[in-house]
Amino acid sequence: MRERGLSQALRHGILIFAAAIFVVPLYLAFVAATHPARDLLTGVPLLPSGQLGPNLWRVLSRGLPNSAPVTTLMANSAVMALGISIGKLVLSIPAAFAIAFFRFRGRMVAFWLIFITLMLPIEVIFFPTYQVTAQFGLLDSYGGLILPLVASATATFLFRQFFMTFPVELADAARIDGSSPLRFLWSIVLPLSRTNLAAIFVLEFVYGWNQYLWPLIVTTSPHSATVVMGIQEMISSAQSFAVPQWNLVMAVALLAMVPPVVVVVVMQRWFVKGLMAGSS
Amino acid sequence: MPDRAGGAIFRGKLLPYALVVPQLVIVAIFFLWPTVRAIYEAFQETNAFGTGARFSGFTNFASAFSVAGEVGTIEVTVILAVITTVLAMATGLFLAVEADQVGRARRVYRTLFIWTYAVPSAIAGTLWLFLFEPGLGAGAKVLVDLGLKWNFAVHSLQAFALLVAVIVWQQAAYNFLFYTAGLQMVPRAVLEAASLDGASKLAQFWQVVFPLLSPTTFYLLVMNVLYAFFSSFAIIDVITQGGPGNATTTVVYQVYRDGFQNGNTGLAGAETVFLLIIAAALTAVQFRFLNRKVFYR
Repeated sequence: MRERGLSQALRHGILIFAAAIFVVPLYLAFVAATHPARDLLTGVPLLPSGQLGPNLWRVLSRGLPNSAPVTTLMANSAVMALGISIGKLVLSIPAAFAIAFFRFRGRMVAFWLIFITLMLPIEVIFFPTYQVTAQFGLLDSYGGLILPLVASATATFLFRQFFMTFPVELADAARIDGSSPLRFLWSIVLPLSRTNLAAIFVLEFVYGWNQYLWPLIVTTSPHSATVVMGIQEMISSAQSFAVPQWNLVMAVALLAMVPPVVVVVVMQRWFVKGLMAGSS
Repeated sequence: MPDRAGGAIFRGKLLPYALVVPQLVIVAIFFLWPTVRAIYEAFQETNAFGTGARFSGFTNFASAFSVAGEVGTIEVTVILAVITTVLAMATGLFLAVEADQVGRARRVYRTLFIWTYAVPSAIAGTLWLFLFEPGLGAGAKVLVDLGLKWNFAVHSLQAFALLVAVIVWQQAAYNFLFYTAGLQMVPRAVLEAASLDGASKLAQFWQVVFPLLSPTTFYLLVMNVLYAFFSSFAIIDVITQGGPGNATTTVVYQVYRDGFQNGNTGLAGAETVFLLIIAAALTAVQFRFLNRKVFYR
């Protein structure tokens, strides 16, 4: 028993050490964000100071030179993330429902057309997609930020997988009762899909918020940037000061990561469920 | 894909089409059309004024991936993928195995490890840039104290190592999650039988547990390679911009350079076609795997 206790202690030791290593970059970012810029010139202090409020206020209300206030950027990020997550649900649930519950000509063609895109991240075809988006006059607009990212089939695939697990009797019963397919979707399928809906919503929200390459090329004015991609411009802006404003960059970094990290940690059960659904 | 056992249930004339068409339209406009476009452009050569184009065979492919003295972008991408995949999967597996044996505290560790995966890649890059900024970052100072001439803006290997570190920092969390879930599926009876046989802990793991985890390992292999190939763009753009020289220029980064900074649509098209082939290969692998799992469940 004693040996067991020892090896358990060692195990906890290893895990806590690893967790601490993982947290170092975050901790130093936090510390930097609580100091005035000149404190960082001689190296990052180990302990926080009292400037967090003023630094956050400064970036939220004014931003850095050549960038919009971070409140604007965060609002853009929120619109983009919500647009993508809601858009995916609105497009994918009906499509998955049709493919799982209907027999119609071209069903398999529709199935394959959608699922071809399953593993096609936007980074693969971002260049021609950019050209198409430009042709539609969607550059520098919310439509351009959102629509091309709504196309991917992940959500459709997950819903279709989930719908296929429904017992056939359920739909049979609905049909015999004479209720229409849409009624069946609305009053039986959707209520039963609540946790899956939540899981995919959380997953896609984080996916949308964390986008970098697509907003980088689609937006042109500083005021339509998102906070995640705007950080690049802020880094070069901060470095152009005589005293590099790393404290402000770190304040922005903290603000940019709070929504996805909080969502993932608080709604962990759903997020993990959504992630795992993709693999089974 | 296997069909529902009893076949699809509802019959409708227009309704099913009305339900799938919105998604099909979006897929057609933003996936199929761009794909066709890229293939077309890959075989065209635009003149210097961008006013005309003519068929140019494989010229674009040849010049896109010709290696002139320097390390090629395909090599950079593949090496990055191999190293980060191995390191991130090993880290995730090791931590998952350790956490699996501490009982209920497992849930606490899950929270402690999951969060790096939620951090946007560009922000992860920013944190690490600050950490290793030459002359200023805390990590950079430690390396200099250790006697290293740290300046990743000059030394290719250092730039590459920094990117690897950031990617592993993010992806280890993902692998940890999946391996933790995979370990839960290993039947206790199997482990007990193995330990009755007198197999050592380590032998038990490699001979009994690890083979049982192979579906997870297989899935994670594809996902990690995908990440290194495509999602690494944000980290590269924030930290190295592909440099020094071309030392950290992946294929995706090269498309960005050629398409947006040099305005060469033919080159960018050829490189996009290359990426499409890679993505298609990974998709095929993944589909085989998904199908098998669906069938055997």
